[in-house]
Amino acid sequence: MEHTANHEHRDDKGSKMGMWIFIFTELLLFGGLFLVYAVSRAKFFEDFHIAAHQLNVFVGAVNTIVLLVSSMTIAMSITAIQKNQKRVALMLLGITLTLAFVFMVNKYFEWGGKIHHQLYPGSDIVLTLKHGQVLFFGLYFFMTGLHAFHIIVGMALIGYVFFQIKNDKIKPDNFQLLENAGLYWHLVDLIWIFLFPLLYLIT
Amino acid sequence: MQHGEVHITSYRAHGVILVLLLFLTAITITITWVDAGSFSVGVAMLVACVKATLVLFYFMHLKFDALVFKVFAGMVFFLLAVVFVVTFFDYLFR
Repeated sequence: MEHTANHEHRDDKGSKMGMWIFIFTELLLFGGLFLVYAVSRAKFFEDFHIAAHQLNVFVGAVNTIVLLVSSMTIAMSITAIQKNQKRVALMLLGITLTLAFVFMVNKYFEWGGKIHHQLYPGSDIVLTLKHGQVLFFGLYFFMTGLHAFHIIVGMALIGYVFFQIKNDKIKPDNFQLLENAGLYWHLVDLIWIFLFPLLYLIT
Repeated sequence: MQHGEVHITSYRAHGVILVLLLFLTAITITITWVDAGSFSVGVAMLVACVKATLVLFYFMHLKFDALVFKVFAGMVFFLLAVVFVVTFFDYLFR
């Protein structure tokens, strides 16, 4: 790196390393939840089997596709910025944000349906269920809830990056922030890759 | 790597990875639809691991990053695997 008069101090590799270390802590956080899920499922096999049937595979599948496509579009936005295609990068980030919003709308109707049917932790109906089923719905709401919270944080991050590109703060030779936002978004996708089969498919 | 040529993943490559991920998702849904036994649980988890690897290596660019990132990521997943194995040993043989 040349030392010029307007040389700015930045460490892209260090920045990326920081993001990865944060992602590792996130993986351990969700890993702990997956562990609780795995042991509970082994312990209350029948209850989990019955309770999991309440989940809508179609909605889960749609959200899986939505997240996978959004993961690709944000990865492509890095390609776009590297190729100095600012408008393409902005468009791809716009699509990513829209897909994130679609995911949340789906989640809203999904949770709304569950709550309407009195299937939330502590509801009168859930309290009459067997222990394992109570546990399933507790884990379902906590894990998808924590995941949805990450979606919201990701949307804020992508929105911020969008304007940084718009204002030429992120440029073809300085795009680590976009890459870090991308890494975060892929993490959200990564967690869903395991959540979807575990909660919706394996009954 | 940092000072050298930066690797640019083509749009096409990203598209190919997405198609693979969607294909694998379809496999998981189909196999759990047909059979709900422990076989399909194993397949579903195996496919999820393959999908995660694709996301990590291509979308998250790990394949083209410095070795230190790969080693770190590998260590975290190894740690998670160890915790799972140890917990289940405790749970199953207590």
